[in-house]
Amino acid sequence: MAYLRALGCYLPSRVVENSEVARLVGVEAEWLLRATGIEQRRFAAPEESVASLGLRAAEDCLAGAGISARDIGLLIVASGSSERRFPGPASAIGAALGIAGTPAIDLPIPSAGSLFGLALAAKLCRDYGDILVVGAEIMSRVVRLEQAFRDTAILFGDGAGACLVSEGSGFARVVDSILATDGDFRDALRLDLNAPLAMDGRAIILQASRKLPRVISELLARNQRSPGEVGTFVMHQANLNLITRVAQSLGVPDAKFFRNLGRYGNTSSASLLIAATEWWREMGGPMQAPVVFAAFGAGLNWGALLAAPV
Amino acid sequence: MDKQTKITEILRRLAGKPIDPAPGESLFESGLLDSFALADLVSALEKEFAIRIPDSDLRPRVFDSIDRIAAYIESRS
Repeated sequence: MAYLRALGCYLPSRVVENSEVARLVGVEAEWLLRATGIEQRRFAAPEESVASLGLRAAEDCLAGAGISARDIGLLIVASGSSERRFPGPASAIGAALGIAGTPAIDLPIPSAGSLFGLALAAKLCRDYGDILVVGAEIMSRVVRLEQAFRDTAILFGDGAGACLVSEGSGFARVVDSILATDGDFRDALRLDLNAPLAMDGRAIILQASRKLPRVISELLARNQRSPGEVGTFVMHQANLNLITRVAQSLGVPDAKFFRNLGRYGNTSSASLLIAATEWWREMGGPMQAPVVFAAFGAGLNWGALLAAPV
Repeated sequence: MDKQTKITEILRRLAGKPIDPAPGESLFESGLLDSFALADLVSALEKEFAIRIPDSDLRPRVFDSIDRIAAYIESRS
């Protein structure tokens, strides 16, 4: 049996308001807020790296769990904005945690990467023990803050999140998960070598609007649950309108969907774990109702994970 | 009512105003369809024409004009 034991996150200290981004890409700050629902985001400092952000989130998570990094049996790190083709940030985070010898796996999957990490960790923890899943991104370095690229430049922020998945105990029991990939749309959201992030926003929204409600419905149905029984839905924070649409499709109140997009923008694979950390900390006590985590992004990769109170 | 007229009716319903796009006009470039209205359009087309539009056909260019939508509906009928 797999459990979610603790969560943690790290947001760079530099807050970037809409006024700064709007000036760089040639739009009004009010328009930017209306179009995206984002009020501010964080940008990493020049000396920070994807691995250093991930390390801070990992340390925050381990402190919350009250365990040492040496207790981890496996490290999984999701990132789509890694500075190098290889090795990815997993080995650097493992080294910084002082756990040489412990396997560290990179998932070069943006957006849905941390959900993939959680689902895989839940399957692997029987063999590896405590598994630390990290999502870390510096998206500000893969977009161009210029007018020609404003459609993507205005959306993203930097940050990292982490979750400890354990076989022994935790605050939530992982019930089931579904992961999926559709490579027919792999070019709709991509980061080519030596080029800024490219996105066909219409195709992504069109696919996500259909695939996300469907995968959540399938996951709940096969576990004899209805959307109304879920206490909170924690989604990849990509787009407020998309979150509202998923809520409508499932027939549940909008308020059941956790949101922090307005403060951090889209932090890609980090967003799910940053949102989950804030949701967990705001809960302030034992979980009372099931939670569904869901994400969608480049690949296309998407999925959902159901966890229940212990 | 022919396909093009039905499609125009759906677009008017989604827009909430009496729009009258030309058959070949780009619905995206003219601002009549944004990403979320496009998702609503797909659902409305499935209902109106009693067809199932598979995920593999959910490509924006398929729905970029009344002419293109009509051609696609024809191919699915």
